[in-house]
Amino acid sequence: MKTITSMTLTELAAALQKGELTSVEITKAYLDRIQQVEGKVGGYVSIYEEALKQAEAADARRASGEKVHPLCGVPVAVKDNICTAGVKTTCASKMLEGFVPPYSAHVWEKLQAAGCVLLGKTNMDEFAMGSTTENSAFHATHNPRDLARVPGGSSGGSAAVVAADEAPFSLGSDTGGSIRQPAAFCGVVGMKPTYGMVSRYGLIAFASSLDQIGPMTKTVEDNALALDAICGYDRRDTTSVKRGYTPMARQLKDGVKGLRIGLPKEMFAEGLSADVRTAVMHAVETLKELGATVKEVSIPSLSYALPAYYVLSSAEASSNLARFDGVRYGHRAEQYEDLEELYLNSRSEGFGPEVKRRILLGTYTLSAGYFDAYYKKALQVRTLVIRDFERVLADCDCLLGPVAPTTAYKLGEKTMSPLEMYLGDIHTVPVNIAGIPSLSMPCGLGDHGLPVGLQLMGATFSEPMLYRVGYALETALGKVCKEVQL
Amino acid sequence: MADWRMMDGYEMVIGLEVHVELKTKTKIFCSCSTAFGAEPNTQCCPVCMGFPGTLPVLNREVVHYAVKAGLATGCTISKYSKQDRKNYFYPDLPKAYQISQYDLPLCLKGHLTVETPEGSKEIGITRIHIEEDAGKLVHDPDKGTLIDCNRCGVPLIEIVSEPDIRTPQEAVAYLQKLKAVIAYTGVSDCKMNEGSLRCDVNLSIHKPGEPFGTRTEMKNLNSFQSVQRAIEEEYRRQVEAVRKGETIVQETRRFDQNTGKTYTMRAKENANDYRYFPDPDLAPIVLGDDLVKQWGAELPMLPDARKAAYMANYGLTSYAAEQLVSSKAYADYFEAAAQHTSAVRTLANLMITEVFRLLDGEDAAITIAPAHLASVATMQESGVINSGAAKKTVAALWQHDEDPEAYVQRSHLMQLNDRAQLLACVAQAIHDNPDMVSGYRAGKLPLKKALMGAAMRNSNGMANPVLLQQLVDEELDG
Repeated sequence: MKTITSMTLTELAAALQKGELTSVEITKAYLDRIQQVEGKVGGYVSIYEEALKQAEAADARRASGEKVHPLCGVPVAVKDNICTAGVKTTCASKMLEGFVPPYSAHVWEKLQAAGCVLLGKTNMDEFAMGSTTENSAFHATHNPRDLARVPGGSSGGSAAVVAADEAPFSLGSDTGGSIRQPAAFCGVVGMKPTYGMVSRYGLIAFASSLDQIGPMTKTVEDNALALDAICGYDRRDTTSVKRGYTPMARQLKDGVKGLRIGLPKEMFAEGLSADVRTAVMHAVETLKELGATVKEVSIPSLSYALPAYYVLSSAEASSNLARFDGVRYGHRAEQYEDLEELYLNSRSEGFGPEVKRRILLGTYTLSAGYFDAYYKKALQVRTLVIRDFERVLADCDCLLGPVAPTTAYKLGEKTMSPLEMYLGDIHTVPVNIAGIPSLSMPCGLGDHGLPVGLQLMGATFSEPMLYRVGYALETALGKVCKEVQL
Repeated sequence: MADWRMMDGYEMVIGLEVHVELKTKTKIFCSCSTAFGAEPNTQCCPVCMGFPGTLPVLNREVVHYAVKAGLATGCTISKYSKQDRKNYFYPDLPKAYQISQYDLPLCLKGHLTVETPEGSKEIGITRIHIEEDAGKLVHDPDKGTLIDCNRCGVPLIEIVSEPDIRTPQEAVAYLQKLKAVIAYTGVSDCKMNEGSLRCDVNLSIHKPGEPFGTRTEMKNLNSFQSVQRAIEEEYRRQVEAVRKGETIVQETRRFDQNTGKTYTMRAKENANDYRYFPDPDLAPIVLGDDLVKQWGAELPMLPDARKAAYMANYGLTSYAAEQLVSSKAYADYFEAAAQHTSAVRTLANLMITEVFRLLDGEDAAITIAPAHLASVATMQESGVINSGAAKKTVAALWQHDEDPEAYVQRSHLMQLNDRAQLLACVAQAIHDNPDMVSGYRAGKLPLKKALMGAAMRNSNGMANPVLLQQLVDEELDG
């Protein structure tokens, strides 16, 4: 008999619907699990005190005969850069340490309306800048697969809590790989949706033209269910797209026979560690055996996507984070003589080193005399990347590539070298630059038994196709990751 | 207006940047009210206060209003324009950037025609763009500086003129015309004292034929008069500096109303690199021809067109017509009143001399019914009342509007036209002032005027002046 906390989201939803489990039972089980292992994992910034109350309310709704959402009563963990009204939202930064927003993000309003129960807010790299969650101002998160290692970032907490059975699903955000890479490091499934698919209203902005919220789950089917619950047009977000709705799982079990899968050769060049390459190629072979055609494609502009990403994201971040000035909310320094010192001291005290680094970089690339050489150039590169992806995706149902060049490294290993850290994003950022969706899923184990993830990338709004290929692969591969030992 | 004189042959070159608040119901990027005068921080929300995670959504009416302003000033409306972030830190700017338009503004290449003593002059308008307003800082002696966010996000258009203005009077004429034209479109109240119209001045000097000099910018100008004074003062300061061999520094200066002088603003306020870049939270503004045409069709007849019509149809002078079109409300009033009388020139005169005097510069409504004012004009034209009585009547109607004929009757203001009675007044004047009469006959011609005055007083001011003059002439000159 499966324990509640090892059940998938799909199984939980079914059990609730059949009356086999109540929300209170499920929520209690998760709260107990959190008690048990959170000390070792550190995936949460805060646990929500009213969780059981919310669970009771969800059960009451179901009991009253109301037609409820499939996820009514299911608990969820939410990354701490997503605003939850009345609940501390810190972005894992001293700058917002006690910040309680009076409004909720669109995605949280949707999940609340559906009847989901908030378990807590998850740890992250400060303001979503980082790849290991070590940039959190509060504490590091430990990879549940190996506690000495990083969970990835910036949605490291969201990935870890799902991997450690501390939440059945979570919300993360992905600007340059921040859902996909921690999903790969922790051995869970994470989707970065098409830009515009999920409203950014209430997501504390890092890079406006790149950020997207997405679900992190144990399985592909779970992920489709979760994405259904949060996607859709929001008039409060001009960049959110209005389209007719169809369920994400509509092609889920259609198999891959006859599908064409492209492997961008630039993603398989040197720099990819051997164990990652082996695991990914094994998955490729599996897909071939299932009847898919696999071919090599080329995306020449890919190598420029990383520098373009760092220019654009830093520039946008330098502007988005300027509002944290100690005046209306957030950290305000206690010592200052005049306005300039108020700004300088509040921001120097409130921001960590990586955030400062990006703000400096971003301000520089936008500054007079440099705008054309950096920012404008990066925008032009972006157009090339978009066109390149469109071209190869015209002949492929999806693309397949690794997520990170290595498996999870040890805590503290890379913190001295920001550039090395940035290079780790090389496979993930092109997707954000192009605005296309990408599904990260476990495909095998690497050295030391650590999870390896691959990503399935597709044309805009092709999430159902990605879930279809992912589901087929997941079924064929079977259980990839070992049980978490905590 | 005081005389302004050129110094040392230096010409002043002026460009004006005017910010106009658009009177849409709600703000440019959120649904907060734009109503003036509310308690501080009662008309704001997480969006206009720049709370983390919030996003701007463009208010369509802002584009609508801005396009009307552009069309009314002869601009080309851009089919494609975008919004950019202008980044700087200041406590009244919640996001630490202002959403404005940088290199692709909504409107381009318009113009305004102004009247100068030398005749009509066309002042070019470089561009008009939309942007959001910042909040207000209030300085309290005890509490320090307080921030009121009500004004954050109120929609503005910025109207930039070409540096075509050459005198302080031209600058004021431009502002008056701009205010009138924009007010006609209905997109703004254009009240400088309420802050819905603000003006910054860019000024440099040069000798004609030589390149333009370095310009300074002046801010904090609260009235048309301040604009004029600031221009005169800054021109003088620059000429004197150049006389001494000093260089003009490109800077922003604040005009102090009390001292009448301009002062350098702190260097920091001059040192901004705004790092403009397209706002990634907003889509470009794409306008179809049909929509722009539709919005253009909503414009009423504008001041210049009305002025030409008044001159052609009613034979008004350029001066009189210009006065009447200065406000749409008054132009509409005049046109309504003109329906009720054929004495339109007299009507115009009454409005310009009497009614405007009673309004005393206030943007208030005219409390006399148009038909009533028309009736006064008719009575004056036909000689029923003289100009003095007309003036009295208008003043009375202003206090308490009624049928002017009734008032005139009741107050015995009807003009005295009876020859016998008029002759009696003249005779009385002659009888009472023998020295004036002999003096006149001895050659002191101006004394006839004094006798005329005496005769008029004998009639209690009711005499028909033309007839009275004739009789005075007859009696004195034989």
